[in-house]
Amino acid sequence: MQAELNPRAGLHADIRAAVRELCGTFGGAYWQEVEAAGGYPEAFVAALTGAGWLTALIPEAYGGGGLTLEEASVILEEINRSGANSGACHAQMYTMGTLLRHGTEAQKQRWLPPLARGELRLQSFAVTEPTAGTDTTRIRTVAQREGDRYLISGQKVWTSRLPHTDLLLLLARTTPLEAVRKRGEGLSVFLLELPPAAEREAAGMSARPIRNMVNHETSEVFFERFAVPAENLIGTEGQGLRCILDGMNAERILIAAECIGDGFWFLERARRYACERVVFERPIGQNQGVQFPIARAYANLLAADLMRYDAAARFDAGQSAGAAANTAKLLAADASWECANVCLQTHGGFGFAAEYDIERKFRETRLYQVAPISTNLILAYLAEHVLGLPRSY
Amino acid sequence: MKILVCLKQVPAKDAPLKLNQAATWIREDVSFETNEPDAFALEAALRLKEAHGGEVVALTLGPARAAQVLREALAKGADRAIHLDAGEAAAGAPPLDAFAIAEAVSRAIAGESYDLILTGLQSDDAGYGQTGVILAELLGAPHATIIMQVEPAGERRIKVKRELESGNFQFVEMPTPAVLTIQSGINKLRYATLMGIKQAKNKPLARMTLEEIGASAGLNRQLVHRLFVPSKSKGTTLISGSAKEQAAALVAHLRNDAHVI
Repeated sequence: MQAELNPRAGLHADIRAAVRELCGTFGGAYWQEVEAAGGYPEAFVAALTGAGWLTALIPEAYGGGGLTLEEASVILEEINRSGANSGACHAQMYTMGTLLRHGTEAQKQRWLPPLARGELRLQSFAVTEPTAGTDTTRIRTVAQREGDRYLISGQKVWTSRLPHTDLLLLLARTTPLEAVRKRGEGLSVFLLELPPAAEREAAGMSARPIRNMVNHETSEVFFERFAVPAENLIGTEGQGLRCILDGMNAERILIAAECIGDGFWFLERARRYACERVVFERPIGQNQGVQFPIARAYANLLAADLMRYDAAARFDAGQSAGAAANTAKLLAADASWECANVCLQTHGGFGFAAEYDIERKFRETRLYQVAPISTNLILAYLAEHVLGLPRSY
Repeated sequence: MKILVCLKQVPAKDAPLKLNQAATWIREDVSFETNEPDAFALEAALRLKEAHGGEVVALTLGPARAAQVLREALAKGADRAIHLDAGEAAAGAPPLDAFAIAEAVSRAIAGESYDLILTGLQSDDAGYGQTGVILAELLGAPHATIIMQVEPAGERRIKVKRELESGNFQFVEMPTPAVLTIQSGINKLRYATLMGIKQAKNKPLARMTLEEIGASAGLNRQLVHRLFVPSKSKGTTLISGSAKEQAAALVAHLRNDAHVI
């Protein structure tokens, strides 16, 4: 981004400059190679880890960066704005929150310092199941207490970055649904220390990678009496859903920032190409049919960005941020998708050429309409919890 | 070893440059970054400090926005920084010439004794490539340019590797204090880390105005009156005549107009 499109680019200038400089060394060719090989951007993630960006939300007392959520969101925004994809590593930020807020002091002392030093990775989150998506209370994976351990059995899906994590946060039912007063009760969160890949099957765990639309490593995971020490239970047994939901607002805000980063990347590419590409002896950007969609996408992106900062400020102030966080994610995902469409359209046929990176980013930003929460579920949340309309599901 | 590194904030490399209304310089609405050779000079200084101890001081001259390059230098490991604040009038104005910059720097560091002063080989904006050389002259110190490598060579001496033309190098041993202008690409630049950025907030960043050190923008000896954007033109010339005449005319065009043969 050269002619600065983002009026808030001066905010947190030091963080932006440093992340931008690091990401600048991983250009389009790097991402094209990684995707062509179906690989994981190990060097990129290692560089981010080494510079401390992925542990920004761990308090300084545990060796982390101790940043606010707003500052952390700027990190992810800049990653995506550079043309990279935070999806390779953003969960390190999200999942940490559950341990931070609900872990015991002993658990935090045990895991957070090595995470902060980059010696451990906590990048995977196993909640979704084939028969229970957003309806989390219906999950079927169970954790049965047996002495000083729990035995996990069940199946998870869309568990991301599994080959690149040491720890896995998992939600399982510890009390059958029929035996609880409220559907949300009887669920518990565990932090699994994954054995080396060669030993996982013997330990009762197997995984099957899911090929998907983007170069995102995600798997279906099967557990069969996989043993977890009881001391790895996070929070109170049976109250795990609350531990998971607690982290959702932070996740929404951080994802919104990624969308904003994507949006600025697309707009800059569209703007530049529209100025440079000459057809019928004038730049195509001189045509209102080309420039108006770019200008509209820009306006919508700025509006979404304001909502993202509003949500982050509420979160950092300890206020209720559910409505703002969901609204920010909704608007930002819509804005980035609009920017993606505009950028592809502006480039015409060249937008489909892999070397332009646009088709890759186009696929990547499309995901935000669906994950980590679908647009419709956000609308349902706003309708019910903010506007007081009857629950629709 | 006490090392001063002079850094300049310049428009980002691939910034689409537009002239200001008076066509005296470019518009301010672009991204800025640390001049590339200066970044390598900083890296060289930090490596010398890590290997041999000492202090690295980063210095820049420019408007308020230029302090960003100092914060980045502090985050990467510089111990302290000096911002020669040229005032907001400097933003969007043609940059000071090499003599004015060198003179301001020499005044700013008067009273301090550095073993080494590193600058980039040249700036990516004005591109004079003279600041370090003039600074050496003003300080009465020896200098060497286009430096690829620096290493101590005994008490108050260093050995440097200079890049010459045609792939040749020159090794020079020289006394310190000395001024070196550093070539790009001589080392692998480090990233600023999150911890580095946080620690930088507690490092000294001194600010002094040009007036305070007795310098001013009026010192410029080289004035930019007007800039021109190269005009792109394309045209077709039809060459007529016999084959021999056409060939001769084509050769003349290629030699005299296109300058390709």
